[in-house]
Amino acid sequence: MNFAFHRKRISGLLTVVPANERSFIEEMKNFNFPEARSLKLKEVMGYDRRRLVEPGVCVSDLAVFGLQHLFDQALLKPDEIDALLLVTQSPDHFMPPTSNIIQGRLGLKQDVFCLDISQGCAGFVIGLIQGFQLLEQDDIRKVVLINADVLSRKASPKDRNINPLIGDAASITVLERDTQDSVIYAKLKMDGSRAEALIIPAGGMRMPSTSDTAMLEEVGDNNLRAKDHLFMDGAAIFNFVQVEVPPLIEALLAQAGVSKDSVDYFFCHQPNRFMLEKLADKMKIPHGRMPNNVVEHFGNSSGATIPTAITFNLRERLLHENLQVCLAGFGAGLTWSAMLISLGNVNFNTIIEYK
Amino acid sequence: MKSVLEILKEIRPEFDFAASSDFIADGMLDSFDMVTLVAALDKNYGISIPGTDILPENFQNLQTIEALLRKTGAKL
Repeated sequence: MNFAFHRKRISGLLTVVPANERSFIEEMKNFNFPEARSLKLKEVMGYDRRRLVEPGVCVSDLAVFGLQHLFDQALLKPDEIDALLLVTQSPDHFMPPTSNIIQGRLGLKQDVFCLDISQGCAGFVIGLIQGFQLLEQDDIRKVVLINADVLSRKASPKDRNINPLIGDAASITVLERDTQDSVIYAKLKMDGSRAEALIIPAGGMRMPSTSDTAMLEEVGDNNLRAKDHLFMDGAAIFNFVQVEVPPLIEALLAQAGVSKDSVDYFFCHQPNRFMLEKLADKMKIPHGRMPNNVVEHFGNSSGATIPTAITFNLRERLLHENLQVCLAGFGAGLTWSAMLISLGNVNFNTIIEYK
Repeated sequence: MKSVLEILKEIRPEFDFAASSDFIADGMLDSFDMVTLVAALDKNYGISIPGTDILPENFQNLQTIEALLRKTGAKL
């Protein structure tokens, strides 16, 4: 599906990461593997440090902390928020929507559109698409998009395939109308027939959580995991990304009439360094123009990794420059998405720690 | 330059790869070992094995790995 948006822009990005940092070296002892094998994996995948919430910390806590920071720094006024979108796979509750909880905790106006979107690693582009659509309405002048997940709470500590890569984070992205007539292009694809490749089997209505679903089971490769935990078919997801994402990006650039060389950066979802290097090689994009350093510093925080990559790699540079960037997300659903956008001259682009 | 067999032995020294015709079925390489192996082969032969070729059937035994390397342009 194709999208095009006129006179819209991103006016600020904030990433909130937990202050609590874990190192892969310290965590290796949790896995039933020889140290040498784990160290090789560290080198290839880029595992090093990751940020995790303390027990009990939820998505709304990270989001409220970040928004309050923006209010305190006079970077955003509460009454300016006409829509609040939250993209998450780890909501505070089934009911009510976590976006409503955030609105209530911050005392935002009642004349606001709050919406939870259940998407994961492709969710930044999906949230942007939804936000830019809302800005077509006369009454909506500013949209706050929050991508947040605390999936470390759903990762088995005894699963080497999942646990070392997961991180927690929230990103807050402010969207508004632009006086410049630049066009934002986006593409989106979905394939629910492969939904089970990335799934938390228990905890919903299909398989409610019980003492049985909480029991750790031997699941191969010396890993232990419960049905309450996040499962990823790593080989299937790797192949999905390598097969599906390059043609999506190529088609997006063709739609926009833009060559790869004129794109300053390709900010992709950050599953691990190896997958992104292979993606860059396949697309013949220099590794430096497709940053892959989020996992080693923060871990994979699902839909928050693309804005984390932008805030971490561009920082103050984005306050004064305008860059042509291609964003690409891929993950649960399966869903894959891409957007070409002129990004820059923003009001803020920074990372803060949640304490 | 190391041989494929030497690289495999570095990754999983406990196995005799020369004696197996199916590394995957025999439980000698898991998906993360394949990733480690690809990174090592890329470095050793100065190539980049395409991500779309990182499939279990290409890492089944020495012959399939060498066929993949030749296809990618490695000089064995």
